[in-house]
Amino acid sequence: MISRSGISVLRQARTQLRTAGPTPVASLSALARLLSSLAVLEQKDGKLNHGSLGAITAAKKLGGSITGFVAGGNIKGVAEEASKVSGIEKVISVDNSAYDKQLPENYAPLLVENIKKGGYTHIIMGHTAFGKSLMPRVAALLDVQQISDITAIEDEKTFVRPIYAGNAIATVESSDNIKIITIRGTAFAAAEAEGGSASMEDGVDSKAESTTEWVSENLAKSDRPDLATAGKVVSGGRGLKSKEEFDRIMLPLADALGAAVGASRAAVDSGYADNSLQVGQTGKVVAPQLYLCAGISGAIQHLAGMKDSKVIAAINKDADAPIFQVADVGLVGDLFDKVPELTEKLNK
Amino acid sequence: MSGLRILVPVKRVIDYAVKPRVNKAQTAVETAGVKHSMNPFDELSIEESVRIREKKTYPSGVEDILAFSCGPPKSADILRTAMAMGADRSIHVEVKEGEEPEPLGVAKMLKAVVEKEKINLVFLGKQSIDDDAGQTGQMLAGLLGWGQATQASKVTFDGDGKGVTVEKEVDGGTETVKGVLPMIITADLRLNEPRYASLPNIMKAKKKKIEKMAAGDLGVDVGRRLKTLKVIEPPPRQGGGKVEDVDGMISKLKELGAI
Repeated sequence: MISRSGISVLRQARTQLRTAGPTPVASLSALARLLSSLAVLEQKDGKLNHGSLGAITAAKKLGGSITGFVAGGNIKGVAEEASKVSGIEKVISVDNSAYDKQLPENYAPLLVENIKKGGYTHIIMGHTAFGKSLMPRVAALLDVQQISDITAIEDEKTFVRPIYAGNAIATVESSDNIKIITIRGTAFAAAEAEGGSASMEDGVDSKAESTTEWVSENLAKSDRPDLATAGKVVSGGRGLKSKEEFDRIMLPLADALGAAVGASRAAVDSGYADNSLQVGQTGKVVAPQLYLCAGISGAIQHLAGMKDSKVIAAINKDADAPIFQVADVGLVGDLFDKVPELTEKLNK
Repeated sequence: MSGLRILVPVKRVIDYAVKPRVNKAQTAVETAGVKHSMNPFDELSIEESVRIREKKTYPSGVEDILAFSCGPPKSADILRTAMAMGADRSIHVEVKEGEEPEPLGVAKMLKAVVEKEKINLVFLGKQSIDDDAGQTGQMLAGLLGWGQATQASKVTFDGDGKGVTVEKEVDGGTETVKGVLPMIITADLRLNEPRYASLPNIMKAKKKKIEKMAAGDLGVDVGRRLKTLKVIEPPPRQGGGKVEDVDGMISKLKELGAI
């Protein structure tokens, strides 16, 4: 029990401490020295996923030190690859094949242990399927309100993110001590895979058990570029009428342009294209140099996934389709005539 | 082995077909006089819960389907819809319009409900179409220490009443995981086709119970951690440039440097 006079002495001491403490940081560059970001990088089958290097780019914008984190079986090669990424200072790796299958139940406690040990101020990861399933779990374990799918960084606590399917852009300020952020891949280009020379360190392995186990996966195989990162995307909608027509009309056009293939929800729901090709609010968000779509009307939910493309081109027989309001190049016509003609002329 | 006690959180959001407008003060999206409905992903979780009961896919059946919503008084309409679709009863945590808690706060409330109501399966939508955060289910799983399966497109139960196999939508295809109850599952678009509530069921739903609560009643701190500084309209695109034919399209694309 502290006596009344004791309390007042304590209070006095505290006041003195406050005035004697460091003066408030004035410049952002001084503050940057206090920042330390952990970029959570993804790997698959012993290969670093270069798409996940956008997290490093975001960390660079914040300033401060950048540490990369990788986990999985035989992780050395991945860690070495990550250590060469430009801008990275340290790579923490945890070698345990239990983390290969990206199960949030054991990966989240692993990340939390390493975050606590490293004392990072910012934890950054791509808003990918794994990032989406993992980071909120990590945030809850740390009692932090995550900031999802950001498209810009204003300062160390202020972030910009689209809401309402991209129909509004919100700027939010976080009051949490640790900022947990997922980034929109199209807004932060992957950092250069060369030029860095980070130190390497083993992380803490929390060895948490997962109640969930991985059973199997069924990934669509394709030689075409990956939809999320492709420079060009051709996309088909309900207007294609069947899977056979979708394949017959859209795939040669994709090949002529060296483009990835996307689809609207209508096309995916009708079975014309695989689910993983869906572009939109609930599918993939893309921002290629060229987005060329045919037979897509341009619903709000679809526009959410592609309206940040540099050039949008549309072919549709309905001159009033909303897609023409955002398209830089619009062609009114029957896609069954126009697309093959376009393919043929591009191939020349 | 007891039956499933399913919790289905639902959210009242601006209808998906409405184009949202930012208010003049640039503080939020205009919600007054705008059509609202149940978040589309939440309809899928209700539908799936009701199907588990109807198709008896869980060996000991479904004991309870409890719908939950935290929102303004009008969220009661959404809970009525959930009950008309087949939920047995509801909990409504009433807050003022625009003062809805963030995902972390909602997850904390849900944890309290899970413990109080002895829930063994929570079915959430994968994201709400207003905030697009996609966090609540995973946060709840983390707080409870339960297994999670996000973006589910197919859910099946083992004969032993413990195992749950879930097909998930992931980047590039699907992935199948197996978990054990109790568990958190979030619904993706392709999980099912939600039913329309029939008039008799809408009438029946009026007799089902909505338990009203205040945020404080669940004994959790739902204080906001994020402050919205500003909400703006996205920069408009200058569209409308139409060309006559395929040649016109090619030359325009070349001009723009797109090919």
